[in-house]
Amino acid sequence: MDAQPNVPPSTPSSPTSSPPLQARTTTALLIGCAAGFSGDRTDAARPVVDTMIRLGGPAVLIFETLAERTLALAQLARQRDPEAGYEPLLDDMLRPVLADCLAHRIPIVGNFGAANPLAAARRVRAIAAELGIRAPAVAVVGGDALVTPRQREALDHALRAADAAPPDAVIASANAYLGADGIARALRDGADVVVTGRVADPSLTVGPALAHFGWAEDDWDRLAGATMAGHLLECGAQVCGGYYADPGFKDVPGLARVGFPIARLEADGSCVVMKADGTGGCLDEHTVKEQLLYELHDPAAYLTPDVVADISAAEVVEIAPGAVRLSGVVGHARPERLKANVFFASGWLAEGEISYAGPGAEGRARLAAQVLRERLAGVGRLRVDLIGVASILGDDDGGWLAGHADGDARDVRLRVALHHADKSQAERVGREVTALYTCGPAGGGGVRTGLRQRLALRSCLIPRELAPVTVELLR
Amino acid sequence: MSTPDAMDAMNARNAMDTFELRHAAHGRTGDKGDRSNISVIAWHAALYPLLVEQVTETAVARCFADRRPVRVTRHLLPRLHAMNFVLDGVLDGGVNDALNLDSHGKALSFLLLALPLHVPEPLQAHLRIPRPRT
Repeated sequence: MDAQPNVPPSTPSSPTSSPPLQARTTTALLIGCAAGFSGDRTDAARPVVDTMIRLGGPAVLIFETLAERTLALAQLARQRDPEAGYEPLLDDMLRPVLADCLAHRIPIVGNFGAANPLAAARRVRAIAAELGIRAPAVAVVGGDALVTPRQREALDHALRAADAAPPDAVIASANAYLGADGIARALRDGADVVVTGRVADPSLTVGPALAHFGWAEDDWDRLAGATMAGHLLECGAQVCGGYYADPGFKDVPGLARVGFPIARLEADGSCVVMKADGTGGCLDEHTVKEQLLYELHDPAAYLTPDVVADISAAEVVEIAPGAVRLSGVVGHARPERLKANVFFASGWLAEGEISYAGPGAEGRARLAAQVLRERLAGVGRLRVDLIGVASILGDDDGGWLAGHADGDARDVRLRVALHHADKSQAERVGREVTALYTCGPAGGGGVRTGLRQRLALRSCLIPRELAPVTVELLR
Repeated sequence: MSTPDAMDAMNARNAMDTFELRHAAHGRTGDKGDRSNISVIAWHAALYPLLVEQVTETAVARCFADRRPVRVTRHLLPRLHAMNFVLDGVLDGGVNDALNLDSHGKALSFLLLALPLHVPEPLQAHLRIPRPRT
């Protein structure tokens, strides 16, 4: 039942290609992560690669650069320029480490292909040529983009079935979350670099694990272990003391030089997480637990295309300073269908800001908010925040502010936001905020205005057959 | 029945037993669509039963009343001495639809960490109390 209808049987590697990852071994696999989002620090990879070389043994380097929206924005970039649409920092991310990764047979796996994996793969080959190093075998894992009329029709059906009826707007991007199988196949075929578009984040780790250990595709417990190892890695520094510090309560040394993680994945699916040598940050039981639960819903059912992972009996143990073991993760049969994200170009978000300071600042900012609400009444959905008074807890209708008396805050920045399908209507926000200079309360300063295209997201589940994975090797 | 003096004494004692959740636990917020999850992880195993008893779905729903959650679900992870809260409908439609600044709801965990927690004296040794800065 769970034979993969969308994936042809893997091709055995030819004996001459000397694949860096050997199938069916019990030797642990090191997996280093050098990016957790598009635009992450480009000096992250070097210490990770150096540490893996020092530790020795089979290793792989992953880059996760694809948040939900990133792919839709990349698709819009590709529409403007056919050679664009992949990670803009690809050069900066790969140049510092590509030569050493090739020399030490450390494959690189990244979803930095975004909306244009083929162009990214060509760019990787060009970087190698510019560096004067051997031409890497670069694999393109595709099939995530749902673009054919048949796919779009099935998507429309699935969205309505998911009670996520598409808005009356143009589709900006539609992609399925692919699993680990394409990555595994590319590595077995001898790829030095694997470029993907949308795959589930943990699949960047599960793919190399499948290729390395030769696990069966229904070895659910091991797949689940690798999935949660990938989950710990996929946000980069977040497991190493990044996004963790709270002075006095959670002190993190050397935060400005926070390191990126490396997991030593064992053949039984357990792992030990570490941090790159000579970097700042910290990695202990608590940083690991915080990342383990990040973006999880039901801890007994973390859904990915590869497996349903269950951490309800998992254990997190600090086995040495800076080394934490995750074990006891179990798995259940993978979901029958794949998740797909569809983004629609849904209009414009207009924002404007102005500051008030000194005595009566809060009162003047509150008055400015009233003026804007009156001037923009009926235009569209509107929100006003008073930064320095309430900018997080408040609601769109202003109920929170109305329910709290003027607290005489003396450094307040008003921020207004409005959504409109029509650009010219959205532009009125910037004009109204700017007009507060001469027509609003006294002493307003520092006006900034902005206008951004908005993307509405709808998610649904689709049959696996609708998004067959493709693997193409550029040699 | 308590006299006003006795009431004051009781309140004072309660105040001394009351700590922001942040002293007993830490946490992080994640988001997917219009759904937020907030982890609450005990600083020490001995504090975990207190969290289970006091940081309930009701308490968390009250904490985020202004964000109007549709549903709050708590998942317990006793082996990790942790809990995971899933809050539906608190992100004003999520990162792609919301008008608020923190459309991911990333800051929400620290609002939850301000929840008052009653900690009996014998367990207070396990709390994180910052040292005064010099």
